[in-house]
Amino acid sequence: MVETRFKPGDRVKVRKAYPLGHIRTPFYIRGHSGVIERVCGSFGNPEELAQQRSGEPKQPLYRVRFLQKEVWPAYQGNADDALEVEIFQHWLE
Amino acid sequence: MKDNGNYQPYSYFQLMEVSLRELLVEKGIVTETQVSEEVEAMRKRTPAIGAKVVARAWVDDAYRQKLLADGSRACEELGIEVAALKLVVVENTPSTHNVVVCTLCSCYPRMLLGIPPEWYKSRSYRSRTVNEPRAVLAEFGLRVDEKTKIRVHDSTADMRYLVLPMRPAGTEGWSEDRLAAIVTRDCMIGVAVPRLH
Repeated sequence: MVETRFKPGDRVKVRKAYPLGHIRTPFYIRGHSGVIERVCGSFGNPEELAQQRSGEPKQPLYRVRFLQKEVWPAYQGNADDALEVEIFQHWLE
Repeated sequence: MKDNGNYQPYSYFQLMEVSLRELLVEKGIVTETQVSEEVEAMRKRTPAIGAKVVARAWVDDAYRQKLLADGSRACEELGIEVAALKLVVVENTPSTHNVVVCTLCSCYPRMLLGIPPEWYKSRSYRSRTVNEPRAVLAEFGLRVDEKTKIRVHDSTADMRYLVLPMRPAGTEGWSEDRLAAIVTRDCMIGVAVPRLH
């Protein structure tokens, strides 16, 4: 199991990378910064599981909160409208 | 698959389903009975299960707190098996409205709501809900006040989400069954709020 590097409240940035394979990090959120909302636990790495491998070592999974206006420059709505996305630790920096 | 004018009784995906199922049976990986039983089990799960959880949270504040802290465990308390997946319950308040989407596929709390509606899996709902949630909700007939924050939950990995709606005024003293009857599937996805009929 991989050690949990972040805690709720930490500011993180999603890696801006485009590897091939079964990636559970949506394209639209790559490269954006947000705040850890909670630590969800550790789960098999989907990129490994999709290749019929064990998924080990398990990766910590987080819910990260992003501000809509920072993700979409033309966003219309409340300035505090937010988007929460589950992201595995190896996608965060 | 090319349609060259021949009579085609199945759509592409139906044909894929039948071929795969027959192959799995032929190879002895599953039996026809197991497939039927699984289909039956899937059809038995309906939004009434989720509504029961919501109604309990409305009448029992200690249960509500447990549900928000650990959704899976709180469901097990009511005899609902949530399996290995973790349930996150997000609560609507006067200042925050929650809505759930899965932009990558169609992750959905099936153990509580059954089979997802077609629109939940549509490209339009999936792409627009993260980008213009207020416009999408308005199309469902839900106008969220500008002063109310919207939180969109993109169900991208191992968590599943259930929205805990606000209990409407005028339901004081109602039984859990009566309360559960106003909690619709859409209220628990976050594209509607409970209304009194």
